Amino acid sequence: MAKRSAKVSIAGMVLPVRLWTQRFAFLGLVLLSLTLMLFSRAEISSVSQVRLAIVDLVTPVIFVFSKPVQAMEGLVSNVERLFFLNQENQNLRESNARLIQWVEEARKLNIENATLRAQLEYVPDKRSQFVTARIVADTGGAFFHSLLINAGARQFVRRGQAVVWQGALIGRIAEVGNRTSRVLLMIDINSHIPVMVESTSDRAILAGNNTSRPVLEFLPDNSPISRGDRIVTSGHGGVYPPGLVVGTVAQATDSTVSVKPFVDWSKLNQAVILDYGLDGILPPPERVPTSALQTEVSSDLKTKQ
Amino acid sequence: MNFLSDFAWLIRYLQSAIPIVITLFFVLLGQLQMPLQYLSDIITGFAVISIYYWVMFRPELMPIIFVFFLGIIQDSLSGAPLGLNSLVYLFIHALVYNQRRFIVGKSFWLFWGGFAIVLVLAVFCTWCLASIVRGSYLAPEAAVIGLIMTIIMFPAIVWLLGNTQRRFIGSARFY
Repeated sequence: MAKRSAKVSIAGMVLPVRLWTQRFAFLGLVLLSLTLMLFSRAEISSVSQVRLAIVDLVTPVIFVFSKPVQAMEGLVSNVERLFFLNQENQNLRESNARLIQWVEEARKLNIENATLRAQLEYVPDKRSQFVTARIVADTGGAFFHSLLINAGARQFVRRGQAVVWQGALIGRIAEVGNRTSRVLLMIDINSHIPVMVESTSDRAILAGNNTSRPVLEFLPDNSPISRGDRIVTSGHGGVYPPGLVVGTVAQATDSTVSVKPFVDWSKLNQAVILDYGLDGILPPPERVPTSALQTEVSSDLKTKQ
Repeated sequence: MNFLSDFAWLIRYLQSAIPIVITLFFVLLGQLQMPLQYLSDIITGFAVISIYYWVMFRPELMPIIFVFFLGIIQDSLSGAPLGLNSLVYLFIHALVYNQRRFIVGKSFWLFWGGFAIVLVLAVFCTWCLASIVRGSYLAPEAAVIGLIMTIIMFPAIVWLLGNTQRRFIGSARFY
């Protein structure tokens, strides 16, 4: 009997202690979460480093997980293509015939350009270097729009570099880890890109709004903008190089001008990180790129084919 | 004494890690690039289903410290401010842990309805916190679509989790 009452009393003592520990652990973790959120908001570098260390650690696992998904996607895509093979062949033949004419035209223009530049002693634009990376995670979600790519500081990727695919702008490098980087997409609400209307050279800011159609802000009131106009980067601010294609005007009303990006987000599986040596508003680079790992990209990347 | 009994402690340890591994799997799977729109949002919702299920039936296998770290991993990968999803997951854990006695042993519809309420609250909290942190109103449409699809998918995921529990972990322990 005495043994039993001793057991009860020990259990009676341990249980409240355990409950209090659990409660304090819960409150402690809630406070820690809130503190981390505040530090993240304040962009304290140590929080960012913790985040990138976790990303570097977890990305190889995600990369392995992504293989079956990619294989399945490839299979579905191949089956789809089989159904439209004849039509696609016909389109490609027509496209090829048109392009052969354009190649001839381009050759002539190239020679003409070279002659004119030589006569004017023209100083050419700085050529870019690039790194091509695979997209390992589409971390989008409903409220945050970014991608993780498998290139980081080791591949000389730096914060602020423009990211494109097939010549069209995707976004910019927001965070750089050792082996991975985060790309802030142009549709994210934190994205503000200096752009201009290609046909009129009217400048504006392309502001992301977390939808697939970012909007133009600060466009001059008298701008004769219309649906289908091409939008390109203006190069102002020194973050993005000028002339990168962004999208076309999808809707132009008195109050809002929305833009349809050229990039097909659903088919995006690779990205090209451009280095024009621009630092803009961002802090100076931590690493200097070497030409051994990077190759010059021809200026035709600026223009979407 | 057979060979397996020597490793009984290891088997028990691995069994107890299954709920966390499954939830982590859903968190990581939700970050993959999916061919269909909103699919990532729906899969991320599966992590909430997993937390809800295990806290409901085996809370000792889903401790709050792991829930916190799952949120940290999700925040790190998704680009959300560190701590946002941790806070939401901790909220889900506390809510389910305190209300489980009203749901465990009752009908599946109540179990499902309970999850719908928890998910709506979780998505609302995420939306509020994200809007506050980002300093602007964020369009909730994509989150609402993800939410509805996750609620629809709930029975299938619960069936999967239930089978996993029966096969590898054992029956529920009610407190």
